[in-house]
Amino acid sequence: MIEIKNLHATVDGKEILKGVDLTIRPGEVHAIMGPNGAGKSTMSYVLAGRDGYEVTEGSVTYYGKDLLAMEPEERAAEGVFLAFQYPVEIPGVGNTTFLKTAINAIRKHRGEKELDAMQFLKLIREKTKALGMNDEMLKRAVNVGFSGGEKKRNETLQMAVLEPKFAILDETDSGLDIDALKIVAEGVNALRSPDRSMLVITHYQRLLDYIVPDHVHVLAAGRIVKSGGKELALELEKNGYRDFGASEAA
Amino acid sequence: MTAHHSPLHPMTYSTRGADPATATAFLAPLDQVGAGLPGSGLSWLTELRAAGRERFAAVGLPTIKNESWRYTNLRDLAKVSFQPAAPAAATIDLLPTVRAEGQDGPRLVFVDGRFRADLSSVEGLPPGVELLSLAAALTSHTDLLADHIGRLAAADDRPLVALNSAYLADGPVLHVPAGVQVERPIELVFVSVGTEAQATSCHPRSLLIAEAGSKAVVVEHHVGRGAGTTLANHVTEVFVGEGATLHHYKSQREGTGAIHLSHIAATVATGGCYDNFILTTGAKLSRNEVVSRLDGTEARTHVSGGYLVRGTQHADTTTLIVHAQPNGTSREVYKGVIDDTARAVFQGKITVCPDAQKTDGYQLNRALLLSDGAEIDSKPELEIHADDVKCSHGCTAGELDDDALFYLRARGIDRDTAQGLLIGAFLSESLEEIAEESIRDAFQGIVAGWLEEQK
Repeated sequence: MIEIKNLHATVDGKEILKGVDLTIRPGEVHAIMGPNGAGKSTMSYVLAGRDGYEVTEGSVTYYGKDLLAMEPEERAAEGVFLAFQYPVEIPGVGNTTFLKTAINAIRKHRGEKELDAMQFLKLIREKTKALGMNDEMLKRAVNVGFSGGEKKRNETLQMAVLEPKFAILDETDSGLDIDALKIVAEGVNALRSPDRSMLVITHYQRLLDYIVPDHVHVLAAGRIVKSGGKELALELEKNGYRDFGASEAA
Repeated sequence: MTAHHSPLHPMTYSTRGADPATATAFLAPLDQVGAGLPGSGLSWLTELRAAGRERFAAVGLPTIKNESWRYTNLRDLAKVSFQPAAPAAATIDLLPTVRAEGQDGPRLVFVDGRFRADLSSVEGLPPGVELLSLAAALTSHTDLLADHIGRLAAADDRPLVALNSAYLADGPVLHVPAGVQVERPIELVFVSVGTEAQATSCHPRSLLIAEAGSKAVVVEHHVGRGAGTTLANHVTEVFVGEGATLHHYKSQREGTGAIHLSHIAATVATGGCYDNFILTTGAKLSRNEVVSRLDGTEARTHVSGGYLVRGTQHADTTTLIVHAQPNGTSREVYKGVIDDTARAVFQGKITVCPDAQKTDGYQLNRALLLSDGAEIDSKPELEIHADDVKCSHGCTAGELDDDALFYLRARGIDRDTAQGLLIGAFLSESLEEIAEESIRDAFQGIVAGWLEEQK
């Protein structure tokens, strides 16, 4: 279980999160919606442990542990996964090397034996096949020259390989056309399971047609101002975010 | 393309800021050892040494007032009293190699500048290929040496070449006859041992000759054994004949007490290729000068490398590519990684002479700074006197990409490993310039070792 309590965070001295409370149980899919500038991406970076995002108040308890005290790599090893809004291109680092280094780092942390080249290859073939991905993507440098859809599929592949307990999907729909969105959403849905929770961060309701959440929250001006079921997303689609005191253009 | 339309000036060493006083200590030991140097009966050699001595006595060590030495200060060398290294019988185990375990091949070993026959082997070379020490060649190959030594590395222009000439005594000599292909890499190993009690110096002179249509691969290893302060002042003259190819790879990983100074001067004839790559990870102070002249048409040269420095190391790379004839191609890719308060210098100049139409020149230097105290001084320079040429250069200095670092860490990869992946990726662009796969692998291993030390 993930318990976020009264979370305040600043970026460059400016307070962005102003007391977020949220509890996510195993297997649940929560969506956070909100206007630009509401603090959605800050929230995902704070949870993943990015430098420059300073928590000034509050706590995040992750399966009984203090998440905020951990380095980013520890969080990942403990099962936190951030699917990036803009996956980073890393020239010179092969996608396969990257995935193998990542999975073995996490296995080591869990006290499991590291995978050798053959075992890794077998696993990766299995996962790419299940996601309908092309092996060719594995031979390239991490995200270099990938289309928007390929980048998001690569994020989904990493998620499938690393098997997180808590996945944060940051604006997964950005940069995707409807066909690509469907493919990525299918991949994500295939990874839904009773012991994996997800936090889906999005500006638009569209994504939630495909990844249907259990709970929807509205984040505005650094706070969760409204929570409800999946029908809340439809309401927002109709009325926009103006009711929540934040301007669209923020 | 950037073109400077200034008159073509000859490469001369300005005596501006010359400090002859610094020469005395370096030249004094010659009065004792001079008479004992090999080849004393050869008049051309006696003259070469005398001219070197005279020139160095007049100008002393280069100073930062000289444009080419602006960023590398040798001032501290004048404070140390270097004695010429005595012939060392030290046991040297674990000689560096690019060969697979159990594989042997031609190799010359020099300890503090002196040839060590007991550690060397010239077996397995194709007939006609000569590989021997310069000290021996002064007796057996006097004409070959007379025709080549001092032809490319001019003492007038460079004080350290003058000093090297004054002490000229030993070093490797390779002669590949016309049309001969040497498949196995020829390894040249230079070991600095020195003594703890006394700073020592040596001045090896190397001669590499690849005659028309021949091919050879030379791999130099410069390593340190021992804790003494050592100064190695190398001069290498390289002759690449018509249609010949010489791959010349060098790894400098001397110890922390070492000062490594090197001047490589190459000439490439029509259709020939001189391929130079230098990987610098060692020595407290190093300077690698590479001058590659395309003196024939359709000649090619690659002058690339990597420098990885940390602590208080100082590594200077100063290159000059001269396109003297038409249709030449040059390519230069340098990548550097600088940590702590280390400092690197990159001065890369391409000169295109008036006759050298259809020249294609490319130069790139990228430095990665890993700490706030790290420094790179980068000075690319194009001097173009022909109008139909394609020349480009790029030069950047930056830090590790925070976004990439976070991305890797967010996937469970710890900071050190993530940094290592990114640094390795950054350097791969220059290492890929190494055409020979086995040597590329070996050099990649040296880089990996350097990264390991960091942890």
